[in-house]
Amino acid sequence: MTMTTTDTTRATAPATAPGALPLPAGAARAATAAGAVLTFASTFLAWTWTGAFPGNLTVTGYPGGLQVLTLTGALLTTLFLLAGHGIRGLRWLTPGGTNSPVVLLALGTAAVTWYAAGAIAFTLGGLVNLEPGGWLAAAASLLTAVAALGLPADTPADPEHPPTDPWQRLRHSLRAPAPARARTLPSWAEILLIAAAFAVALYVFTYGIATEYGELFVGFLLLTLLAVPALAKAGLLRRVTALTAKHRNVSITAAFVAAAAFPFLQSDNEFTSIAVNILIFATVALGLNVVVGLAGLLDLGYVAFLGVGAYTAALVSGSPFSTIGVHFPFWAAVLTGAAVSLVFGVLIGAPTLRLRGDYLAIVTLGFGEIFRIGMQNLDGISGPSVTNGSTGVPQIPDLELLGYNFGEPHTLLGFEFTRSANYFWLMLIITVVVVSVFRRSDTSRIGRAWVAIREDETAARAMGINAFRLKLMAFALGATLAGLAGTVQAHTVSSIDPEQYKFVEAVPPNSAFLLAAVILGGMGTVGGPLIGAALLYLIPAKLQFIGEYQLLLFGIALVLLMRFRPEGLVADRRKQLEFHETGQLDVPDTDGDTPGKPGLSKAEA
Amino acid sequence: MTTDTTTSQAPARDTVLDATGVTMRFGGLTAVSDVDLTVGGGEIVGLIGPNGAGKTTFFNCLTGLYIPTEGTVSYRGKVLPHRSHLVTQAGIARTFQNIRLFPNMTVLENVLVGRHTRTKEGLVAALLRGPRFKKAERESEDRAMELLEFTGLAAKRDHIARNLPYGEQRKLEIARALASDPGLLLLDEPTAGMNPQETRATQDLVFAIRDQGTAVLVIEHDMRFIFNLCDRVAVLVQGRKLVEGTPAVVQGDERVIAAYLGTPFEGEPGEEELAEVEAAEAHSTARTEGDDTA
Repeated sequence: MTMTTTDTTRATAPATAPGALPLPAGAARAATAAGAVLTFASTFLAWTWTGAFPGNLTVTGYPGGLQVLTLTGALLTTLFLLAGHGIRGLRWLTPGGTNSPVVLLALGTAAVTWYAAGAIAFTLGGLVNLEPGGWLAAAASLLTAVAALGLPADTPADPEHPPTDPWQRLRHSLRAPAPARARTLPSWAEILLIAAAFAVALYVFTYGIATEYGELFVGFLLLTLLAVPALAKAGLLRRVTALTAKHRNVSITAAFVAAAAFPFLQSDNEFTSIAVNILIFATVALGLNVVVGLAGLLDLGYVAFLGVGAYTAALVSGSPFSTIGVHFPFWAAVLTGAAVSLVFGVLIGAPTLRLRGDYLAIVTLGFGEIFRIGMQNLDGISGPSVTNGSTGVPQIPDLELLGYNFGEPHTLLGFEFTRSANYFWLMLIITVVVVSVFRRSDTSRIGRAWVAIREDETAARAMGINAFRLKLMAFALGATLAGLAGTVQAHTVSSIDPEQYKFVEAVPPNSAFLLAAVILGGMGTVGGPLIGAALLYLIPAKLQFIGEYQLLLFGIALVLLMRFRPEGLVADRRKQLEFHETGQLDVPDTDGDTPGKPGLSKAEA
Repeated sequence: MTTDTTTSQAPARDTVLDATGVTMRFGGLTAVSDVDLTVGGGEIVGLIGPNGAGKTTFFNCLTGLYIPTEGTVSYRGKVLPHRSHLVTQAGIARTFQNIRLFPNMTVLENVLVGRHTRTKEGLVAALLRGPRFKKAERESEDRAMELLEFTGLAAKRDHIARNLPYGEQRKLEIARALASDPGLLLLDEPTAGMNPQETRATQDLVFAIRDQGTAVLVIEHDMRFIFNLCDRVAVLVQGRKLVEGTPAVVQGDERVIAAYLGTPFEGEPGEEELAEVEAAEAHSTARTEGDDTA
């Protein structure tokens, strides 16, 4: 076995490194293509005999449910295989790696198909429930994956340390070269490309949010989790990032339009309420990112500031249960909520931010709990009557802005929009405000000072930065942003109580999940917390069957992610370099370790 | 350069830094004891001493990182507060013995952070992005680029600081300190770990900084560097100032030599032993060279 491995290594070594499995390149390519086409064809067959398994997999000639995902995967595999083979008109698909995307896509397709087969067998009680079509799909997708693993790697092997065992070869075969510089297109074409990219992203996101049963969502997740890295390996993501960086304002507008178009994609707006909650969660996570990602302050009770904003808005909303009988107009309620949160932020921050390190984490953890218990006890029995204790403030009236009632359905362009769509758009505006606050403060004198404090507080002080003042500023800004989101949250959920603002529970937003969204998504970035929050909200909402194991699985996922991608899903340039020594392209790799070892150069000198 | 050697004979032109009776005790340990030091405008003053003599502690007292137990530090006649950022704002900038850059920021960003005290735009200005904010940002960037040109790092403006070679990290730290437009620059072992060429380049850089009107106080172990560079040298031993004077005076002082090289102890290898060792070394070198040719 070892002999053959070494032989194939030698045979192909001069040009390219072999793939994870020792197969001849031509045969591997042919087998991959055949497998992908066969998989594609198998999705048109019936996979099972009964409609008891959701998604209508029984009809021949019409793919449904999980079959659509397999079909998409097989189609993408074929396309990238052809593109890598140099078929004219498809080459733009693979400016970076050619074979590594195919490997990932084939694995993704196989994962979805095998998951589908397994789920059918499990749900219906036995493999006997698989129709021949299902067997064919499983076999064909497995063939594709195995053959794809035999495709040669995109990058030549390091001659000094050639990958030896299969695991190393797999890792090597997934490495892809950076894409060549893109040809400059006319700007209208580039803008169209950006629009197309956002449209695809919106479609994928909508598909995910609208999956009707857990099995489909798992399949969606499996395919996406392997297809997105495949696009990255192919160099497409970097191309798109380059374009969005070039046309920043266009991209921001496109992202906003794509998000605003979300309610249009559903006939009955049933998933818009999920989207509002994601947006609230994501916005608060982004606010937390100012505190954690930029200034490096660990805040474990951040959800309390959301609560402060929500309670303030609820109390001045004119709800019959409010202990203050006032009814502020919305703009005034928003300002009051944000201002009260700001005051709390300063009150908590001022005594603690003079200290370094983890004291703040403990104090904020305490504050989070004090807030919740305080709200519970201000019920007129244990304390003054302010918040109705554990009942909270129900019946918060719907907003009315300039005669537009948010509680009633409206018809626009022939589409009917429900209450949640109205709140979705309102929340989207708040999100845009928070995104721009984050971005503008990040790229300014203040943002640089925050990052400097995070990197080295002593050096930052020695550069004339009043560390205490700036940390307080970050903390207070974070609190204000959370309070701002809270004011809208109160109206959206229309009933608030202390139990919504816990440190950790199964349903986000709570402090632990907010922090997880920031870290999992990527600290210090705009996109990171948005993606992190969307995932953390959708996964538990869609996978009801994991039920009480949710926190366990969440913990395992977090540990795995931190082990394999510590910088988060969306990597900040700085963080990426922090965790991966030689990530920078414009600097020779050898420079990377010189500064780390001053002792060595001292000895040499 | 030559003009300044003449002015250096009269150091007290206008005093930039005046430290009097600075004492620093950590519990029972007196790290710095009653040290007086003045630095005049346009002067380069060296501070030398064996390891653990209290040089860096003294620096930390000057820059407000430590609050001295006794004594005062004043800059241009004003007593400095014991807050690091206020000292920098007053006009004293420093570098660190073990380089303390912001490792994951770019070279340009590092220098821009140094501009912090000389710019005013707050959070509201950053959020509103008015014309004044943009102008201030542009000016900061221009000044930062000027300093990067000055230190020869302009080509590396977008590199991440931690990826710079060691010598350039030292230079960047100096550029960052200069960004606060200081009247006095404190350099803590600026040539530690450098090769002779880099040391010479640093020497030229320090002269150039002085020529721009910034006084320099420098801690260093490299004697040749110090004696070439400084107008005046102070020697710190066990927390006390031993001698202060021109390089010539300090170099000739027996106490300094004793402090650095130590006084002879009993049983020290005599000249005979030394000769023996040298002979043995010469022999072994000759043999290895012979092996190489064979």
